[in-house]
Amino acid sequence: MVIPSTEVQSVTPAMSDSPAIEFVNVEFRTAENRVLLSDLTLSVRRGEILMLLGPSGSGKTTSLKLINRLLTPSAGRLSIDGRAAEDWDPIRLRRHIGYAIQEGGLFPHYTVWKNVALVPTLEKWEPPRIKTRVEEVLHMVGLPPGEFGERYPDQLSGGQRQRVGLARALAADPPILLMDEPFGALDPITRAELQKEFKQLQQRLNKTVVFVTHDVSEALLLGNRIALMASGSLRGVYAPREFLSANDAVVKPYVEAFRTMQQAFQS
Amino acid sequence: MLDLLLNHKKEILTSAGEHLWLVGISMLLAIAIGVPVGILLTRRPGWKNLVLGVNSVIQTVPSLALFGLLLPLPWLGARADRLAIFALTLYALLPIIQNTYVGITGVDPPVREAAIAMGLTRRQLLWHVELPLASNVIVAGIRVATVATVGLATIAAAIGAGGLGEYIFRGLAMVDNRVILAGAIPAALMALTAYALLGLLQRLLVRVRVHH
Repeated sequence: MVIPSTEVQSVTPAMSDSPAIEFVNVEFRTAENRVLLSDLTLSVRRGEILMLLGPSGSGKTTSLKLINRLLTPSAGRLSIDGRAAEDWDPIRLRRHIGYAIQEGGLFPHYTVWKNVALVPTLEKWEPPRIKTRVEEVLHMVGLPPGEFGERYPDQLSGGQRQRVGLARALAADPPILLMDEPFGALDPITRAELQKEFKQLQQRLNKTVVFVTHDVSEALLLGNRIALMASGSLRGVYAPREFLSANDAVVKPYVEAFRTMQQAFQS
Repeated sequence: MLDLLLNHKKEILTSAGEHLWLVGISMLLAIAIGVPVGILLTRRPGWKNLVLGVNSVIQTVPSLALFGLLLPLPWLGARADRLAIFALTLYALLPIIQNTYVGITGVDPPVREAAIAMGLTRRQLLWHVELPLASNVIVAGIRVATVATVGLATIAAAIGAGGLGEYIFRGLAMVDNRVILAGAIPAALMALTAYALLGLLQRLLVRVRVHH
């Protein structure tokens, strides 16, 4: 059901049919036999931003890490771009996927430039192509290369580091982006700024994005669809409008929290 | 004291040269073996206890005893300096293996995770992330090992391997402090110089900025 809206994302009919990522009955147990994820069946559509929303321990980060094989499922089938996860060479799979995390994970001993250029360099791109791409991607995230290229991560603010992390994830132009609360550690102003810019960027780039968050407003703002997770299982997948009017017992507290915030500002 | 040193300048320098040779070769071997073993241990954590355990046991054997015990061995015992280098290398291995292991496993987890997620192969991870970030700790281990080896190499004279220890032993036999010092002072100076130079190397390597 396509719902036109102004403040929330809509599900674009232009998205292709075959899922970019597909989970079928996927389970994950730790080495100590703790079940972090049980029976996950979920499709990620090409070109969408799918938000994985839930509290800590809901299994959302686990699901994300299964996609780029940082973790391996204990049961079930997971496929990326039509191919089973185990059939992918892990290195090729990861080069196919951009990964941006909350702490950034920037290499502290490399400049911004070297951090962003690393994957294209490892992929043996021609140096002129690398140069063009790094400049392009740094501009995309709002960090002019002339000013920021030679800086080291510890010379950047938190927001700038996250921008570099995003640039690095985009550098080799992967079709899939995995983001694990990338804006979580930022102050609200910077966070809102980056959210807005990310949304605009995605409209240009049309990547398939799986975005983990525990922030319901971020989910409503950025997501084409929201997959709500709790205690290791999927509660449901909703378009933002549907989410706001859902009857599910787990969804309601989120909606209430969101409404309360809205009302607090209106009163 | 000073004229003793000056009069025997040539002999002391020769001994110092022998000493440097013993220390230099041992350290090169210890680094060439110790760093790769340290790296290997990070890949095979199951072996860690065994290797570090064996290493620690070696450290507890009094050096003079170790030199003496190894003397009867066929190829090693044939030449005193070969034996000395073997024993010195063994002693230098522990701090180097230990520090290499600690340095690499101490790499910031988000950085390691990001590197793996970016699709770096094992070798690329080692080259681009682990070694550069561990280099400071590894060089610290080399520094400690070098200073200890300079001191330990004085014992090598006991089995006839040469070095500044000869003066120390001779002075002990002659009950002449000046002769002892003729060996001890240059050895101490050598240790201090090694310590300072490697400290410089450490500082140069701190291009690694720490980010919180």
